[in-house]
Amino acid sequence: MMLCLGSVGLVLLALTVQNGHGAPDSAGWNGKDTTERNYYTRYHNMTEISDWMEKMKRENPDVVSSMVYGQTYEERNITLLKIGLNSTKRKKAIWMDCGIHAREWIAPAFCQYFVKEILQRYKTDTKVKEMMKNLDFYVTPVLNVDGYIYSWLNNSTRLWRKSRSPGPVGCTCYGTDLNRNFYANWGTVGVSTNCCEETYCGSKALSEPEARAVTDMLGKMSGDILAFLTIHSYSQLILVPYGHPNISAPNYNELMEVGLGAVKAIKAVHGMDYTVGTWPDILYPASGSSQDYARLIGIPLSYTFELRDKGEYGFELPEDQIQPTCEEAYAGVQHIITYAHDKAFYSSAFKRYFFQEILGLLTLVMQIRLINIVIEMF
Amino acid sequence: METGELNPNYYPARRAAAVVQHYLNTRYGSPYRWMFLGNVHNASSEDVTEGRKYQLELTIQEMISNVSGPCSAELLFPGAGTPQVQASCDWLLPNNTRAQEEAFYQQHRDSHNLVSGDRIPDSYGHMEPTMKPFWHLGGVASSFIMLEQSNQSTLYNMAQVANFTQLETEKDQLRFQYHVLLHEMVSQEIIHWKMLITWSPAEGVKVLQTDLQPKCNCEDPPDSIN
Repeated sequence: MMLCLGSVGLVLLALTVQNGHGAPDSAGWNGKDTTERNYYTRYHNMTEISDWMEKMKRENPDVVSSMVYGQTYEERNITLLKIGLNSTKRKKAIWMDCGIHAREWIAPAFCQYFVKEILQRYKTDTKVKEMMKNLDFYVTPVLNVDGYIYSWLNNSTRLWRKSRSPGPVGCTCYGTDLNRNFYANWGTVGVSTNCCEETYCGSKALSEPEARAVTDMLGKMSGDILAFLTIHSYSQLILVPYGHPNISAPNYNELMEVGLGAVKAIKAVHGMDYTVGTWPDILYPASGSSQDYARLIGIPLSYTFELRDKGEYGFELPEDQIQPTCEEAYAGVQHIITYAHDKAFYSSAFKRYFFQEILGLLTLVMQIRLINIVIEMF
Repeated sequence: METGELNPNYYPARRAAAVVQHYLNTRYGSPYRWMFLGNVHNASSEDVTEGRKYQLELTIQEMISNVSGPCSAELLFPGAGTPQVQASCDWLLPNNTRAQEEAFYQQHRDSHNLVSGDRIPDSYGHMEPTMKPFWHLGGVASSFIMLEQSNQSTLYNMAQVANFTQLETEKDQLRFQYHVLLHEMVSQEIIHWKMLITWSPAEGVKVLQTDLQPKCNCEDPPDSIN
């Protein structure tokens, strides 16, 4: 009887823990945050983003550090922020990168927003604090630094997509599509071999230093990364691996279920519809993406987010939509990382408890039977 | 290619629905009426002798009034050439934007104050309020090109009005030269088009000339600022 109640209690406890992180809370803004609120509702150039990364480290020295993990073609640093409570043990990780395509300005804006949110929330939100304790967040606000800077240069460069490496001999155009350059069925579908085109996959897999930098980092961290998230715009989609139509991820069902949960969480914020599916189903076949590479090396939860909008403004999303876009994207990301975290840190505990419960129940049943036998004897 | 019922969230249905969106803009669009695709509810397709036929039930959103409504459409992608669309959206009445359109028309009809503009929206997604109707007009006019250029392997949106210039009013039609940037999603290319267009409340939007611009491979090593 007591053990049965114990099981019910356990289920209730699990449910509370799942929901304990609370809804997105805008009551965190106070007078001092006014400039912060203005900052996170504007697009920022690379200098401003670099300064902001320094500021995040300075203001949160015990939880934020940075790491330069590669150089771009034009020899600029590729930098991530590592966010988490210090630990003596080796920690699991969540990877997020933004701005692999230069013109998708809402993506770096979201990475900045995400960092700001978790740094604000972990002090008061028990769930975020728990995740900060158990995990490190590795966030790259701008992966394609050269491309991003180029897109800020003048009117004719705003819609640049690729890297800024020169083309191969005989081609005067610049740039490789970094999200077609990874060693994941490279060059097979959804790419161009014309170096002037936007989906040019490069002269070979990992021809681009930016793609190599991510590959090397993932290699060093493999096994530790619970979820890989790469942020893009536009179309309002959550893409699951793989980009190639003939290959299925072994955990497709799980990826879809968690993705659908994220879509539901997104819709709850501002009513926007996002669609979840594989690339060949909901977008177009493509190979050599960072997401595909992450899934191939064994990172179970690998997602590409395509943020707002659906084509009205496209890449030039108005600044007054930055905040609501980031709020809904945060809800979607939060769903995925909570799932990833709980799967890693709770499922073994659950198994242990349920095993104990069943053992306890069996013991009780045996005891009742013994008592019955004894009673019958008398 | 899948035949019969299609998953309305998958790209074949959505690309076909986008073509319906372009068609509706060519028929009903104006500086104060610009349609976008909402959701696709039902879709089916089959091969026919002339090409590939789609039947769609979808929601269309009018962006200025923020009104949405259902449409049903039939669309044929021929082997080559412009898709053929038949659509009915009973709620798309031509009347409710009359007042705004008339006022705009009267304001710009006299050619002593010809308007022009560029980069709509700008890099930050901003535009002056007075430029908005010209942005809508550019989007509607672009729909003629996007409709004509669409096939089962494309998905078009207008990325930006690079610039527009009002020309002398002729035969009671406002006239404009537009330079637009179209984004084609599957190739991810930005395609430049110039157009000569006319509009009046009575005649609607007409595109007189279109001119595909060569892709600018103007690549100097950049002078990076930051």
